[in-house]
Amino acid sequence: MISLTVNGKNKRLDVDPDTPLLWVLRDTLGITGPKFGCGVQLCGACTVHIDGQPVRSCGTPVSAAAGKHVLTVEALHYTRVGKVVLKAWLENDVPQCGYCQSGQIMSATALLTENRSPSDADIDSAMSGNVCRCGTYNQIRAAIKDASAALGGRR
Amino acid sequence: MKTTFKPSRRSFLKASAVSGGGLVIGFVLPAAGRLAEAATQFKPNAFLRVASNGRVTVVCGLSEMGQGVLTAIPMLVAEELDADWTKVSVEQAPADKAYANPMFGIQATGGSTSVRGHWEPMRKAGAAAREMLVAAAAAAWKAKPEDCRTHKGVVIHKRGRRLSYGRLVARASKLSVPAEPKLKDPRDFTILGHDLKRLDTPPKVNGSAKFGLDVRLRGMLTAVLTRPPVLGGKTLSFDDSKARAIPGVKQVLQTPHGVAVLADGYWAAKKGRDVLEIKWDDGPNVGLSSDVVSRTLTDATTQEGKVARNDGDFAAAKPARTLDVIYEAPYLAHACMEPMNCTAWVKPGSVEIWAGTQAPGPTKAIVANVAGVDPGKVKVHTMYLGGGFGRRFAPDFTIDATILSKMSGQPVKLIYSREDDMRAYYYRPASVTRFTAGLDAGGNPVSFRARVASPSIMAASGSMKIPPSGIDKFALEGIEDLPYDIPNLRVEYSRQEPGVQVWFWRSVGHSQNIFFSESLIDEMAHAAGKDPFEYRRALLGKQPRYKGVLELAAAKAGWGSPLPAGVQRGIAVAQSFGSYVAEVAEVSVDDDGQVKVQRVVAAVDCGMTVNPEIIRRQIESAIVYGLTAALYGRITLKDGKVEQGNFDSYPVLRINEMPKVEVHIVPSVEKPGGIGEPGLPALAPAVTGAIFAATGKRVRSLPIDPDMLKKA
Repeated sequence: MISLTVNGKNKRLDVDPDTPLLWVLRDTLGITGPKFGCGVQLCGACTVHIDGQPVRSCGTPVSAAAGKHVLTVEALHYTRVGKVVLKAWLENDVPQCGYCQSGQIMSATALLTENRSPSDADIDSAMSGNVCRCGTYNQIRAAIKDASAALGGRR
Repeated sequence: MKTTFKPSRRSFLKASAVSGGGLVIGFVLPAAGRLAEAATQFKPNAFLRVASNGRVTVVCGLSEMGQGVLTAIPMLVAEELDADWTKVSVEQAPADKAYANPMFGIQATGGSTSVRGHWEPMRKAGAAAREMLVAAAAAAWKAKPEDCRTHKGVVIHKRGRRLSYGRLVARASKLSVPAEPKLKDPRDFTILGHDLKRLDTPPKVNGSAKFGLDVRLRGMLTAVLTRPPVLGGKTLSFDDSKARAIPGVKQVLQTPHGVAVLADGYWAAKKGRDVLEIKWDDGPNVGLSSDVVSRTLTDATTQEGKVARNDGDFAAAKPARTLDVIYEAPYLAHACMEPMNCTAWVKPGSVEIWAGTQAPGPTKAIVANVAGVDPGKVKVHTMYLGGGFGRRFAPDFTIDATILSKMSGQPVKLIYSREDDMRAYYYRPASVTRFTAGLDAGGNPVSFRARVASPSIMAASGSMKIPPSGIDKFALEGIEDLPYDIPNLRVEYSRQEPGVQVWFWRSVGHSQNIFFSESLIDEMAHAAGKDPFEYRRALLGKQPRYKGVLELAAAKAGWGSPLPAGVQRGIAVAQSFGSYVAEVAEVSVDDDGQVKVQRVVAAVDCGMTVNPEIIRRQIESAIVYGLTAALYGRITLKDGKVEQGNFDSYPVLRINEMPKVEVHIVPSVEKPGGIGEPGLPALAPAVTGAIFAATGKRVRSLPIDPDMLKKA
């Protein structure tokens, strides 16, 4: 049995402890916001937070989240920074196909939680693990800057 | 994709009449039920309904893969309906004949056809509904329809009486559908041509959008399928004892296409597959390598091919000097963010399919055939597509999911791993073109011959046939239609099939051919000692739309103005899918040969616009897709096997490499052109033109090789 908190709810799960968190979220708990893109931590589509830190859930065994708080895009609006980021994403109409966006949003929220005034280089560094094949990168950058401004970051 | 099918008035009216009669699947109601419902809903055709609360629902038969079709189609309907846009929502249609794409004759999304094909039919659907609502109001007021106008979901009489569409639902439902509704003058558009927000953004931001991969059914098994690593190979034997021992693994099945592990979730299925021991018969392609492909294609260009275009007399031209150069492009995978997947549930006598597919119509027919049921018994749920780019036009994932559900007797979600996806043998064709171009003493072109050697997408498509001429139109698009004023022009095609299956890939033949032909024009300009922009412009005198975008892109980019040290410009222009795009790339190359694209300025003439912001985003998207291909894209073969598998061996552009992009739209009253693909073709030659300006080295093969560009 593994106990963890997912989006504020306590879960006790009878799963193989080696199972990647991604598949526990998606297949066991039915939380499908985190996406499967590469399976080897190269694309970022599966990004979630564990105790506020962004992780690639496809390469993180569920045992690593035992006793911790897992947050996915579905509950991101409950966080102060997450709410601002979601609003910026909506206002910039960022997504195209949308498949990578929950991962992008989770990475961006972690960045802005840590650093509410990220430079372009900071954005490159925090976001270059998240692939978007539709090429929404300039809109992602714009949304991060808008969220930064809304959070009182320096321009 | 292109087809010659043209939307006709007759076919539209037929569709309306059929759907107006309530025969459309998904709208079928018993006669009594229909009457009862008529009081609360107004459904003049298959494409929209108005609820008594005024809510307008547009039913869209096209697939949303990021291109914005779930916003564009509602905009077309809403414009002519004079709907209140804040009360418009969109719903994905089932697979049904009523939703056939007028440009294909089947229900499918691709070839940048959505707006081109539906520009009139969707507006007519809205206009017909509007006329019925006006007639209903006029009848209620005992007034003349011509004394009424409409505005944002309300019919207004000239004396000031008003009735909202919602209140007219019952009356309008009893009226007959007008055959020839009057369309607005584009000058009166209030929705079309405006930057409205996408309707699909909220679910894509809050995580609730359901892609194919997100489908969950009670009792569903998750499958992974291991296919022969060499195309054309077969399963000889396998040992599944270790796989069956993995907790969660339920079944191991051999199918005509490989060996599948079915489990209660993806992870168990994957673990089971990892310990399968399979012996393969590699089949006839085991000796295939990229070198063989390259040699086969290149050798073919030394021979005369089938002649597709022959202006003047190439052989009789007497050039002062001749350029004889060979260009090459590799196979490419699509690498959609969402790996291919499909959920199938084969029940006794019927099938349900959930898939992110570009081709719900063909899927219905193919699945019916695979499952052995009547096509009318196949229900296709089109989910959001996590990228399409042509890949999701293919039927492999729907076929295999159907086979597995049929064999297992349970609902099955088949998931491709990233490696399965990349090695599934649906590739943009590798292609080689040999150009022989003659210039007179002044550098003006006097002759031009292109010999193209590549596999045939038409032959691979399963739905098209190569015409008796032997010419695959996709292999030549972007060369055969060369717009420049060049006499003695000859284009030949040699179909070569080295053994790899090929498929549609964003912008199809243009994706490599515009790189080839526009690079050659650059080479001709250089040989003539002329500026690449001016050289093109002089040869485009008879092509105002090409010339228009070329001049606009050059002006907006400041062509000829000083650049920061180490940065150079390149330019290219292309027409594809009915739209014209020119791009100027600003590029630097460092001492190690690493290429950095700093900025791309694009000009697009796509005729009348539906949503300019979506157009700008699609052009930018295609630029990124094209830049990934130019910098990194390459599927290679060794011993018959694909060498790439994931984003480490098949890199894609990331945010730190993203150029600034500016897109300028030419105001136009021409009919709309496509927009999902036309931004791609000009990107590679604009970048390699800039590389030539920066380094003096001509890139004639993609992807760009940094070793070639290294400072000696």
